[in-house]
Amino acid sequence: MRNNVDQKVMLELDDVSQYFQLSRHKILKAVDHVSFKIHEGETVGLVGESGCGKTTTGRSILKLYTPNTGNIYFKGKDVFSFNSEEEKRYRKEAQMIFQNPHASLNPRMTVREIVGTGMKIHDLVKPKEMDAKVEALLRQVGLNKDHMSRFPHEFSGGQKQRIGIARALSVDPDFIVCDEPISALDVSIQAQVLNMLKDLQDTRGLTYLFIAHDLSVVKYISDRIIVMYLGTIVEEATAEELYRNPQHPYTKVLLSSIPVADPKQARKKERLVVKGEVTSPINPPDSCRFAGRCPNAEKRCFEEMPSLCDVSPEHRVACFMIEQYFRP
Amino acid sequence: MNINDKKITPELFRHVGKDIEEMESISRPSITFWKEGWLRIRTDKAAFLALIILTLYVLLAIFAPMLSRYAFDQQDAYAMRQSFSADHWFGTDSLGRDLWVRIWVGARVSLSIGFIAALINSVIGTVLGGFSGYIGGKFDMILMRIIDVIYGIPSMIVNILVMVVLGPGMESLIVAMVITGWAGTCRFSRGEVYRLKEQEFVLAARVLGQSTFMIIVREIIPNIMGLLVTNLTMAIPSAIFREAFLSYIGLGISPPDASWGVLAKEGTALMQVAPHLLYVPAFFIATTVLAFNQLGNGLRDALDPRLRGTD
Repeated sequence: MRNNVDQKVMLELDDVSQYFQLSRHKILKAVDHVSFKIHEGETVGLVGESGCGKTTTGRSILKLYTPNTGNIYFKGKDVFSFNSEEEKRYRKEAQMIFQNPHASLNPRMTVREIVGTGMKIHDLVKPKEMDAKVEALLRQVGLNKDHMSRFPHEFSGGQKQRIGIARALSVDPDFIVCDEPISALDVSIQAQVLNMLKDLQDTRGLTYLFIAHDLSVVKYISDRIIVMYLGTIVEEATAEELYRNPQHPYTKVLLSSIPVADPKQARKKERLVVKGEVTSPINPPDSCRFAGRCPNAEKRCFEEMPSLCDVSPEHRVACFMIEQYFRP
Repeated sequence: MNINDKKITPELFRHVGKDIEEMESISRPSITFWKEGWLRIRTDKAAFLALIILTLYVLLAIFAPMLSRYAFDQQDAYAMRQSFSADHWFGTDSLGRDLWVRIWVGARVSLSIGFIAALINSVIGTVLGGFSGYIGGKFDMILMRIIDVIYGIPSMIVNILVMVVLGPGMESLIVAMVITGWAGTCRFSRGEVYRLKEQEFVLAARVLGQSTFMIIVREIIPNIMGLLVTNLTMAIPSAIFREAFLSYIGLGISPPDASWGVLAKEGTALMQVAPHLLYVPAFFIATTVLAFNQLGNGLRDALDPRLRGTD
């Protein structure tokens, strides 16, 4: 997959932060100075535990929030300085698949309306051809025309997620943020939907930002993986590199937590356990966010914030303990 | 026959396969939200009875005065304070006026004030509350403080003051009730919109480029419609009750015009000689308020999407 990725940059986040003012002296730093690039045609996995800012990052990209610092560039243009025409095109080119299929469909609309809304907004089809187009989309996601006049509550979770995917595809986008699209589904359905997303990428040439907390899923679908911890990126590498050679202590812990199907191998496996609780993202200290739980932390880790540095081409880590071996 | 007598061979079985289209064929036709609500309210005995009673009252209020041979202010010195009879179904009052006609003429006033005041309250409250919840920010802050102030003053005192200033009559009654009444609906619908605007389907509409106006119209309003209708149904009886109270203390409608509050007031004066003059209007006020409350309860259950298909 990796070799046919075009190196043209589709999306770039430059120093993006998203803070939420909870009260006068409480600031929740959901995303804190995050920068990364996504190239055309690739799938970037964004992983981390709950509350680390994955979803917020995805939503900021689609302008559902206004970042406190930094810029987001889509195809080279700043998304927050679009004129109305560019804005409209952005809404057609970038889409989102949501986490909870039960909450992401309007319970008062039929499937026809849900899938057809986007096409109507962007004038993509004539009203007469609408039904045929909706039917074609439903077929692509494994549903059929009998489903068109039904309401969301008449579907299972997997089917609802397929409708959500059809809605995202309805405007023929180039880039889709998949916000944990399968975490709410049964395991047997997860594989179906995941494979469908992969097939759609091949046939339509889509670019994905795939947000998840399940590492085995991310490994399966991603070209590159970004690991987040409490609003900051701690490691970024190609999928293969990250699994073979994780550098950041947090990544190592995450990888060791993947369950192994074979009990004999599982017993052999060394399980890393972190001490302590997740630090609160409310008024976090300006130091390494992981320092409090890190087995290798030294004095410096509690005083300064490490920045991402290259350990090998396309592999960046934010950790002082690793940085010292690589810094020239 | 013993089961061992017959040998089970593969030839006995036949592969049926599965028909995907058949599996997904519709088991029952899709029904719309309002139709489902109607089907469910019909199974709720109390609510359905309440609906029948209210329909009956409305029809009688419209037609009964037209069909009667008496006018509502027609006096008859030979038939004063009569009890129930074939001539005067609900008897007559101290001036010989037919109570049956006066009840239904009064119902016109009481019911219209109830409907109109509740409707205006709901519209103002929903629009302001909807905007306030969706846009938030300073507008929301200021509006909520205004509502806090309105809540802080006993509404009955405001009503009485307004009535004193504007003088008796139907219009001033409605104005008096709207001045304080919109705040409750406003706060309620703000809360609902606030809850809905962070829902993923609303975010999905924003990502698709839907305009704010269309999001409110297509994504949010249909989802709070059930609650708004319920809220409206619950607001009507309190408006009727308030009208009755203000008329009772002499600030609402003034005689010879009738409303249920006016009739109850007239009846109180003659409670010992002709108790029916108090009991009849009191009965209608009580049953109407009760029926609206029952209907509101039924509607809340029938229109709640979370309770779909549970019965």
